[in-house]
Order: sequence, then C-alpha cells, then structure tokens
Amino acid sequence: SCFIPGGLDCSISFVSHVLGKVCIHGRQKELLSVLVPCLTDLTKSDCIWQRICWQLVEGVPDRWMEAVVLGFVQRAPGADVLSRLLGNLVVKNKKAQFVVTQKMLLLQYCHTTAVLQNLLGYLSLDSLRRALLIKVLQELLETWGSSSAVKHSPPEQQLYISKAILICLSHLKEPETESCRQELLTSMMEGVKCHLDSSLPQIRRLGMIVAESISLKINTDGPVLKFQYEEDDETRELKSLLVQTPPCCVVPGLPDDDRNEKADAAPPVVLESNQKSQPAAAVMPDEESDAELDSDDDLIPYDMSEDKELKTKAPVYIRECIEVLTSSEDVDKWEATVKALESLVRKNPAATREVSVELAKILLHLEEKTCVEGFVELRQRAQVAVLTTDPVPVAKYLTSQFYSLNYSLRQRMDILDVLVLAAQELSYPKSHGKTKHSGAQKPCIQLLPESDSSKDWRRIVDERIKSKTRRFATGQSQVELVSGPNKFSSVAGHFFFPLIQHFDRPLTTFDLLGEDHFVLGRLVHTLAVLMYLAVNTVAVTTMGKALLEFVWALRFHTDSYVRQGLLSCISSVLLGVPTERLLEDMTEEILEAQSWLG
Amino acid sequence: MALPPPDPQFVLRGTNAAIHTLHFSCGGQEPDVPILFSGSENGFVHVWNLKTHRVDAALDGHGRRSVYCVDTMGSKDRLLSQGRDQRICLWDLAEGRTSVTDSVFTENVGFCRCSLLKVAQGRWLMAMAAKALEEVQVLELPSKMSVCTLKPEVGAKLGMPMCLKLWQLSCGSQPLLLAGYEDGSVVLWNLSMRKALSQLVCHPEPVMSLDFDSEKAKGISGSSEKVLSIWSLNEQQNLQVYKTQKLVNAGISDIAIRPDKKILATAGWDHRIRIFGWKKMKPLAVLDFHTATVHCVSFSDHKNPGERLLAAGSKDHRISIWSIYTQT
Repeated sequence: SCFIPGGLDCSISFVSHVLGKVCIHGRQKELLSVLVPCLTDLTKSDCIWQRICWQLVEGVPDRWMEAVVLGFVQRAPGADVLSRLLGNLVVKNKKAQFVVTQKMLLLQYCHTTAVLQNLLGYLSLDSLRRALLIKVLQELLETWGSSSAVKHSPPEQQLYISKAILICLSHLKEPETESCRQELLTSMMEGVKCHLDSSLPQIRRLGMIVAESISLKINTDGPVLKFQYEEDDETRELKSLLVQTPPCCVVPGLPDDDRNEKADAAPPVVLESNQKSQPAAAVMPDEESDAELDSDDDLIPYDMSEDKELKTKAPVYIRECIEVLTSSEDVDKWEATVKALESLVRKNPAATREVSVELAKILLHLEEKTCVEGFVELRQRAQVAVLTTDPVPVAKYLTSQFYSLNYSLRQRMDILDVLVLAAQELSYPKSHGKTKHSGAQKPCIQLLPESDSSKDWRRIVDERIKSKTRRFATGQSQVELVSGPNKFSSVAGHFFFPLIQHFDRPLTTFDLLGEDHFVLGRLVHTLAVLMYLAVNTVAVTTMGKALLEFVWALRFHTDSYVRQGLLSCISSVLLGVPTERLLEDMTEEILEAQSWLG
Repeated sequence: MALPPPDPQFVLRGTNAAIHTLHFSCGGQEPDVPILFSGSENGFVHVWNLKTHRVDAALDGHGRRSVYCVDTMGSKDRLLSQGRDQRICLWDLAEGRTSVTDSVFTENVGFCRCSLLKVAQGRWLMAMAAKALEEVQVLELPSKMSVCTLKPEVGAKLGMPMCLKLWQLSCGSQPLLLAGYEDGSVVLWNLSMRKALSQLVCHPEPVMSLDFDSEKAKGISGSSEKVLSIWSLNEQQNLQVYKTQKLVNAGISDIAIRPDKKILATAGWDHRIRIFGWKKMKPLAVLDFHTATVHCVSFSDHKNPGERLLAAGSKDHRISIWSIYTQT
C-alpha cells in the first residue's frame, strides 16, 4: 500500500499483477512503450510517484518478474531514469537481482550497448547497489579471463562481455578501485594471456583493449600497458565506453553533480582556444602587405623551375642491388634499391636466375633500415618476383628455410605468403595486352615440339573442309583468349611437398603441433590454396592424396582456425582433383573424410 | 617567360683536386693581369691568369695538406694562405717569385678560415681559431703580435669557431669580429674590450659560413640544414634575427655578398650555386653546373662593373666562372 495526496490509502498490487501477466505473454512492447514514458515524466520530480512506481514493480510476482525487469531495462531512456523507475528492486528482490546481474550480462548477449549502459549505470547510481556493481565486475572479469570461455564462446558474446567490463570500469570510483586493485590485476594478467593466444585477430584485439583499460584504471600514475593494434570503428567505440557522458537531463542527486561539473568545465576551455587562434590569424596579413610596398629591385630572376630536390639514383643491375642491400652504408641508395628491386627482377629474368637463391636469402633476412613507406609490401613483391622468375631452386630454398631453426614466426609466415602469391601468379595465364616476352609465351608451339608439319596438315584439312562446306551464316567471331601454359604445373610439387613433409618434427624454436598452432593454421590454409591452384596439373592426384592424409592426421586439432583450414583443404581437394581420379585413387581417403565430416 | 639560367663564362680545369677556397685579385691597373687564387685539397695554391685561363704558378707551401683559405694583403703580390698543416703562410709573389716570407703556426687542427682586415697602411688584423677549443686569436700582421684572445665565458658551450669575419664600420673605427660557432650561434666580439657584445642562436646545427654587410648592418649565415638565417645589428650592437630563407636542398658551404651589396651567392651541398637579391632575399637564379658539392664562392673586385665575375670551386675539381647581373 502507499500514500497519495489527500491521505487516501490504496493498494496497487492488482496493477502489478496485470503488468506482470501482460509482460509474460509477450506484450511488453505495447504496454511498456506507453507506460515507461508516462512514468518517466511523472517520476521526474515527484517523490510520491517514484514510490508508487517502486511499489508497482516490487509487487510483480516472481514468476513474471523477469519479463517485467527485462522490459524496463530495455525501454528506459537512461540509467538515471531506470534508477527512478526501479529503485532498489535488485537489492530487495532475488529474482530481479538474478536477472540483472547474471542473466542479462553472462547468459545473454543480444542486448545493445545502450541497454548495457542503462543496466550498469543503474547499478552504479545508488550506494546500496554499488556492491552489486563490484560483484558484477568480478564475475565478468572471471568469465573474460577464463581460457575455455575465450576458446569456445562466440566472438559476439566476447565483445558483449568486453563492453560490459569497460562500462563497469568507467563507473568505478577511486576507493573501490583501490580495494579491488589486486584482483583486477590478477584477472587482467590471466585474461590477457588467453586472449593473445587466440588465432582470431578480433579476440586478440578485444583482449588488448580491455587490458589497456584495466591497466589505465589501476595505474593512474606511472606506466600503463600499451598495445599496438589497428584502430577502427570497433576499437574507437570500445574506447569511448570508458568515458562517461553526462546525462541529458538534470537529475538531483549526489553522483550526478560530479558529472555536471565536468560538463561545465569542458565548454569554457573550448572557447578560450578559439579566441587564441583568432588574433594569431589577424597578425599575418599585415606583415605581408608591408613587404609588397617596398620598391622592387631591377634584378630580374632567371628561370628556376629545374631547381628540385636531389634524388639518389637506383641501381640498374641485379648484382649491384645485391651489393647495396648487403653491404652499403648509404641509406638513400638502400632505399632507392628496395623500391626499384621488383621491377628490375622482372625486367631481367636471365640475370635474376643466376643469383636467385642468393637474392631470396637476402630478401628473407632484410630488415627495415630506414622508414620506407610500404616496406613490407615492397619486400614481399620482390620475393614473389624472384620466386616466379626461378621457381624450382628458390622454392626449394624457401621451403627448407620454413622448417629451419632461428627464424621468427613472422618470417615463416612471410614464406607461406610468398609461396601462395607466386603460385597464383604462375598458374594464371598471362592476359593479352601485357608485353610479350620473346619466344617463351607462344602457346601450342612450345607444347608440341615437333616440326611445322603437324600444323600444316591441320591447315590443309581445314581449308579442304572450308571449301567443301556451304556456310549459311557465320556466327560472330569471338576473340579467342590467349592461353598460355600453366607454369605452375611443373613446379607445384616443389612448392607443396616440402611444406607438408616435416610438420610433425618439432625443432627447438619451432613446434607446429605445439605452441605455434597459429603458424600451423596458416600452413594448412596455404596448402589448401596451393592445392586449389594446382587444378589441371599433372601432380594434382598425388598432392590430393598427401593432403587428405595430412588432414586426417590433424582432424582433431583444438584450434578452430586450424580446423577451418583443414575444411578448406578438403574442399580444395574436391575441387582440384578430377572426379575420376578422386574415385579411383583416393577412395579410402574420401570415405574416411566423408565419415569425419558427417 | 623567365630566361633559363646562364652558362658559366668559362671553366678552369687542372687542379686535379677539390677546390676549397677562391680569391680574386683583379683591381690592378693595366698591364696587370686579373688573377684568381685557388686553394686545393692537394696542398697547392694555383694562380690563375684570367686572360689566358691557365695556371701561371702553383704554390706548394703546405706540405701537400689541404689549403682551405687564401686571401691577399693589399695587392696580388702579397698572398696569405692557410692550410691543414696548422700553418698560415705569407707569400711574396712579386716579379715572378714564389717564396714564403713568413708563416704563423696556429696549432689549430680545425677548418675555420681566418679573416683579414686592413686597419692602417701596412697593418692588418687577422682573426683565426686558436689552439684551445673555443678561442679566437687576433694577430697583427706583419708583426705577428697577438692583439687579443677572445674566450667565451665558462659554460657557454659554443664549441669551436666555424667561421670568422672582421669588420669595422669605417676606416679608423673600432674593429669588431663576428664569429659563427659549432652550436649554431653567431657572436659579436669587441676586440679592444675582449668582450662579447651580443650572441644570437641562428641555427640548430653548426654555422658553416657567414657574411656581413657593414653598411646595412645586416648579415647572413648558412648551416647544414635547409634554412639561411639573416640577422641584423641594431644601434645597441645587439644581434637579432631579421628573417629566414628556406632552401630546396639542405647544406651550405659558403656565402659571399657582392661588394656592391646588391646580390649574394651561396655554395650548396646539392651541387648548386644560388643567387639571391640582398635587399629582400629574392631568389634570382640557380646555377646548376657542378657535379659535386660546391665548396666556395667568391666575387671579383673588378673596377669596371661590367667585368665583374663570380667564381665557384667544387669537389669535382672544377672552378666555374660566371658573369651574372653585371649591368646593375
């Protein structure tokens, strides 16, 4: 029961029941879209209405409480409004507490950021509820930091939990941070480790952002954690959650005063800076006009358009490039060489073939000496150029280095990337319109080594047929696409088999089946691509067989990225190997794969 | 439509070494031949005859160590040369002689060119970098008496002096010295009081070269960066920055203001000679002839304005002679 003006007593439990029943039947939207704005206005300044509202929601029976609370949290336009409407419901009612602190945060992840803001802001607004906020933060951090959660929960849920953590952090006050500093630190360390271990870049980034934010919060003075990652909309959105914006409407109450003061302080600073820029702009035009008035000398300038910045010339010979890259002290020349290398390699295939392995070695170990734009891409393109110019020895070298000691993971993955790009380039025919390389590209003549007589008979027969048939209409003549031999066919084996050979042999610094499962994932994807590009080549059957065996050995790997790669391998095999071969030579493997997939 | 820059009037070849310093002596009356002195890295001072464009004499006085400064004392028969053998030699070249009459042992292993100033008939002041790191010593020539030693105050951290210029406002007035130092500052010294009157930080890098116009009390200095700094001297003898001039490529080895104060030339590390109008630093021309860094520029002292020349010596063993803006 509650009091209304006039001293009358009334009970609104009936209304609570109706509210609950309507909500549980799924009519939350219609009812609450009217009720909530109404209540928002009424409770704005009237304490009595606030109490009425609280009585209303507290009176809802437990079995319908969830629906009602969910509806309110989703409908309320702000945390302060929610606070007015629900009061301390979460403290008083066990079911409401469960819904707000457990179900909506940990078990569901479909709610928007605004809803999260409402919910967590609501928890932070009253001292009674703040204890719940801390508890919620601890549980969120526990989930965030558990390695099984990171591995098995979907990325959307992980994003949701990260957002919730960031919003909680933004609401934390100094004394609370102090008291749970140690716990925050421990959970952050554990959580960061699991996140960075993941193969998915999004998860890694989430881990980095949350860890940075926690570190910022607990180390207000002193060095904070700083990761390097690419900024995009998602990261910016996440970072913006850390800053609390002041509420749109003025609400009486202690916690809000802090926020209002901050809002007031912000605009004057902006005005000042605007004013400062004005006078500076005014001074400049005066000085310039003074200069114009002086009488000019009668000295006429000469043409100075040739006066440009000095540029160092790039070397023109491949061997010179090698010399510059290995031993030159002149950084300008080094830069110019790096930029010019790819085109030089492509223009001088014969010269490149003489030094191909040496050049590949230099490029693999090439470190960035100066700040060249796009260095990684330049190096990769040069490597691809070398590999396509002289595929067999360079592929041999690169695949052997993949399994050697003392290379960084980055270098091993570079090797994989270069192999894939080169394979792509080799397997696509040169399109017409590109410059013709003398001799090497002519189709048909190269494949048929016999003399011209074979072509002749064809021509004679064609002519005879033509003269003897009456044509009624000739169809539109189509330009035949210039076809070239698939250069990848002769070297596909050299790319593929060495990579697959040693995957189960661990080295001291490189263990594909163990810690370095990220590289294993990349290797599997690379093999899938190479398989696909080997379509219509001679070695495709043997490759397919070997690949299916490889897949079979790894099919229970724990990392989902690796398993994705394995699936793409199987698809490549099915696409690449001609059907007859599939059924004849690889029946066993196909049946095994079928049973695994099914 | 601006004209393309002129070609050199002629090019002197034959030193077979990089040229570090040049000095004209063309003020004599007929039948005196106009002469250009050049000092090279191989230790020779070549005396070029500007009528025949050939070397009249090659003076070997510095033990094959690089000569980085040449100057004349009054006439072309009295030559002063400074080399990396820590010696300043005074030569007597009259009537075909090539002998060293006197020498000063400077004990300085730097590159700072000395500066000469005539204070009275037969009396000269010479400022040079001294043995101690930051000091400048002023000698009277030909007596070789030390006039003063200019020491910066303790803790000034100027570094070694890089370039010097002795000047006086008019004959008989106080001689003053402008010195550019390794830390990028230019200091004005009063010799009689042995005190620094003013110091101005012009560049973040060492001052490679400077020149001063005593009539307008304006000077210019260049360094290893892309900016020329123009500064002025006010009535209280204080240096202040007047303006800066941006260059296309970094590095200046030498600056020279023409005696009529109309134009100035800079020698650049980018192989180019740039001509500016002195009044407002208006860029006038870029002379692109040399294939290596230009070490020095010098204007001639011809009496007839139409014959005035500009010479530039470079690391590519060539001296280019230009006739530019001679009509003003």
